[in-house]
Amino acid sequence: MTFVNALIQGIMLGGFYALLACGLSLLFGVMRIINLAHGALAVLGAFLAWAVVDKTGLSPFIALAPILAIMFGVGYALQRGMLERSIRAGELIPLLTTFGLAIVIENVLLATFSPDVRSLGGTAGIVTTMSWRVTRQVSISALGVLILVVAVAVLGGLHLFLTRTRYGRAMRATAQDADTAELVGINSRAVYARAAGIATATAGLAGVFLAIRAVVGPLSGPAQLIFAFEAVVIGGFGSLWGTLVGGLILGVAQTMGALINPQYTNLAGHLVFLAVIAFRSGGILAGREANA
Amino acid sequence: MSAPDVGRAITDSRGGLSIQRWTRVSRVFTAGALAIVVLLAFVPLLKNGNLTQKLTALFLLVIMSAMWNALAGYGGLVSVGQQAYIGIGAYGTVFIAHHGVPPYPAMLLAIVASGIIAVPFSFLLLRMGGGQFAIATWVVAEVFAVVVSFDQSLGAGTGISLIELNRYGPQNRQSYTYWFTLAAAAVLLGLLFVLLRSRMGSSLQAIRDDQDAAASVGVRVMVGKRVLYVFASVGFGAAGALTLANTLFIQPDSIFGVSWTAFAIFMVLVGGLGTFEGPIIGAILLFLIQDWFADQGVWYLIGLGVVAILFALLLPRGLWGTVEERFGLQLMPVGYRVRGLAKSLRPDRRPPADGEGTPLRSGGAEAEIPESL
Repeated sequence: MTFVNALIQGIMLGGFYALLACGLSLLFGVMRIINLAHGALAVLGAFLAWAVVDKTGLSPFIALAPILAIMFGVGYALQRGMLERSIRAGELIPLLTTFGLAIVIENVLLATFSPDVRSLGGTAGIVTTMSWRVTRQVSISALGVLILVVAVAVLGGLHLFLTRTRYGRAMRATAQDADTAELVGINSRAVYARAAGIATATAGLAGVFLAIRAVVGPLSGPAQLIFAFEAVVIGGFGSLWGTLVGGLILGVAQTMGALINPQYTNLAGHLVFLAVIAFRSGGILAGREANA
Repeated sequence: MSAPDVGRAITDSRGGLSIQRWTRVSRVFTAGALAIVVLLAFVPLLKNGNLTQKLTALFLLVIMSAMWNALAGYGGLVSVGQQAYIGIGAYGTVFIAHHGVPPYPAMLLAIVASGIIAVPFSFLLLRMGGGQFAIATWVVAEVFAVVVSFDQSLGAGTGISLIELNRYGPQNRQSYTYWFTLAAAAVLLGLLFVLLRSRMGSSLQAIRDDQDAAASVGVRVMVGKRVLYVFASVGFGAAGALTLANTLFIQPDSIFGVSWTAFAIFMVLVGGLGTFEGPIIGAILLFLIQDWFADQGVWYLIGLGVVAILFALLLPRGLWGTVEERFGLQLMPVGYRVRGLAKSLRPDRRPPADGEGTPLRSGGAEAEIPESL
């Protein structure tokens, strides 16, 4: 029964990882860059939410609205101010600039908020304490379900956006071939900036949920980046649904590892990741045609 | 089919031109560099412990900077996880020394071990390109950090010191560590110099300039990258073992920390990515900055991050790369120079971005269609 419980907890944790990873996956899909500041941006979102909640006493779920708008703006500005230039300068430069950005964000947060860890769990209301007890050992927390539902909704929403809307089609066209997309009247600069905005907003969303379900500190970013990246690689790069699957596998791997020994939580995830790159470097869904 | 001999291809060029490696400046400078190394070897005789320790720290920065540049500047491999080998070098030394090997030979063995461990990981990691390689290296470093923090005999998460070094007095210990570090830096830089001047070096510089184009003329890109990865890992292993010897105490979170990579990126970007001399200049600069500003804490790190970003965006060839480009100067002759070209045609070591160096890039052909047919 503890095994079933670990599986269920793993799936809910996996929902969080999928949410964390979808922005990384989107940005790679559209611009072929890996944003090494993704984790730091998630943590930035969490701290912004903490600041808003602390100042206004609002519920973090209400604070999400302005946070998402701000994070979209941050991503948009980031693309225009830094990433655009970086991408033009060659393959290596975006990695170096986003890594530098991560260091800057981390240390600005350290200077502004002190190294203490913080949590939004206490202010998020009943959802953090509510749970359904299925059997004596198996219980399902409302927050876990909520995060999983949000993750599926965000991924589904992104999928619909990419396949059904004009903006989404423009984004896919630009991802395939930016020069040709320009020929048919698509402004690729605007498309890239929107993609960066959406990716950063989802990172912020994941950061707020991280702060609700656990704690965040200014230096939490690298771990989150690694988890997000592992989810994306396990699922297979460039596929949004693959990212969901990858997140779930990572989550289950971690809770199963924790079942053996709580110290093994992260290690189990890392080992699954290394096994995937060793044996199925296209991701767990490799072989099927990814259609997102 | 074997790769064409890059060196011969160049010497076969048309009449009137000649190829040379050494110039007067580079001859003088290389001799000067050797002389400096010899002079530096006498520093411990001054019995100034503070100076000895600081210079040791500088040599460690030089090693890390040059090794990271070997990976990124020549192999196009951005690793965010070379701290894995810093940790392996350091903890490997502790482990081997605990088994009865005297500390300095233990360091040597740990450095060799770093290279051996790097071989299987090179197969795993080099399957991935660009950013995926970057984060995957980081995951590997995390795995090593976690594994070490489980091991009680290595001090687990709280850290451990190399008590075996106590058999030497503080003064001798400092001197030995200094000489070992100076020798490691000189040998590693020397090896890099020889590697870059060898036929493989020509391939490596071709990989740096354009991997696809290099592959299309028969350069074995994978072999080149693997050699660089293992070489750089040996170098970082040395940096790790000697960091332990210089600071005496290590702890998994800091020795496997990503901040080593942050410093390496700063040094290489500021000094000049893909140049031989640049990373050394970058290391000296970081050393001075650390000396002046390290007590500023987070603002010092913010400053480093901002400067690195600005260099990447505005001066991507770094200080030395820019000097080299502007004045055609090369102090350590790792490339070739063509004599007899008109001044305006003075060749850059890098082909122009849209030049013949990029035959495989799609879209080029379409762009050539004239507007009025």
